[in-house]
Amino acid sequence: MPRLMFGLANPQKFMSATRRLPAVLGVAAALMFAVGVWLSFTAPEDYQQGDTVRIMFVHVPAAWLGLMVYSILGVSSFFALVFRHALADAAARAAAPLGAGFTFLALVTGSLWGRPMWGTWWEWDARLTSVLVLFLFYLGYMALRASIDDEQKAGRAAAVLALVGLVNLPIVHFSVDWWNTLHQPSSVLRLGKPTMTADLLTPLLVMGVAYMVLFFALWIASIHAEIRQRRANALVLKAANAA
Amino acid sequence: MSGFLTLYRRELDLAWGRGGGALLACGFYACVAALVPLAVGPDPERLAAVGPGVAWIALALSTLLSLERLYERDFEDGGLDLLALGPIPLEAVALAKGLAQWTAGSLPLALATPVAALLLGGAPQALPLTFAAALLGGLGFSFVGSMGAALALGARRGGVLIAVVVLPLFCPLVIFGAGAIEAFAAGMNWTPGLAFLGAYSLAAVALTPFAAAAAVRNALS
Repeated sequence: MPRLMFGLANPQKFMSATRRLPAVLGVAAALMFAVGVWLSFTAPEDYQQGDTVRIMFVHVPAAWLGLMVYSILGVSSFFALVFRHALADAAARAAAPLGAGFTFLALVTGSLWGRPMWGTWWEWDARLTSVLVLFLFYLGYMALRASIDDEQKAGRAAAVLALVGLVNLPIVHFSVDWWNTLHQPSSVLRLGKPTMTADLLTPLLVMGVAYMVLFFALWIASIHAEIRQRRANALVLKAANAA
Repeated sequence: MSGFLTLYRRELDLAWGRGGGALLACGFYACVAALVPLAVGPDPERLAAVGPGVAWIALALSTLLSLERLYERDFEDGGLDLLALGPIPLEAVALAKGLAQWTAGSLPLALATPVAALLLGGAPQALPLTFAAALLGGLGFSFVGSMGAALALGARRGGVLIAVVVLPLFCPLVIFGAGAIEAFAAGMNWTPGLAFLGAYSLAAVALTPFAAAAAVRNALS
């Protein structure tokens, strides 16, 4: 296993080993989305929430992905920082905008879901607030990365920040929970947690897997783009030096 | 140890010296506090409802002001290179800078916080707690903030960048600090909030110097 991992850590080998992977995963994701969406629309209405429960199939997987991608970002940053793997750095860079996108999607769909269910577009509920802070973490990472000119230094500074964020995320989550119990949210109609029946759980899980496959397709594709970009930059430098 | 103390005194001198950074932050703090009634209205009841919380947010924002120069001035004039070559490890340098930032920046602000809270309709009984929370929270603000300042070394528009990087990390401090004051005002048990505030601040003192030192090494390499 370690040999496989570190073998793949060579950008050249990674590129040739995963050349077709984005296309394959993309097709798989499209198929799973087709099945997932069909299941979502044929799922029975919730006895409390009616049709709006279908928003869940878009919203919940996006929130899962937002968290999962941040942990991927943290692990990639760790490898980039400690072992100075160029590939891990490219992976971290590619993961950040994707994670921010999923988190943003979770926030927007959550807001759309909140309107019919809670009667408000935004509620300072513990979960919504922690997801918002997670989104801010992504923004900070991307802002730091974008504003340092030296590509390598930007990558390492951003990696330190990603690791600090990884340690902080559970603390933020805990503090927001604490804050929320302090404030005793008013008589908002809470999402009753009816034990989820299989006919709702199946589409949710299918959609979750579809999101995940989509993420891996996009992630690997943008790692490829990142590596090609670096090669192109190196070629330009070489040509400039030769001239 | 004597090297550490010398460094700490140097940082204090730089913070207090020309420009009076600490007084500037206090002035900013007073301005923000004065804008609140203008925006919310002078009604005492409404002010009292938001006052302590706003005083706390203004404190968080004011600590951001002096951060930009903390590492950058040494980075620009080459002082940071000398510090990196010197006998004191960079982690200790980061600790000295954080402590100096706390004494020179947060201490005056902590003295100003009860005054602002009082003006914004806070209860006089809550003032000692407000001061204690501002002092303790200031430790966290200073250390997390100075780590952000180290990370932003060599970046364009460092000041705004530090704010974007650091403010999400301020969330727990704002929650626990304002929470403790609010719990006190509501007659509830305020010690958990203060204890969590202290825990986060002390963890920041223990851990952020390592991240700041890594960031400085990276910027100097």
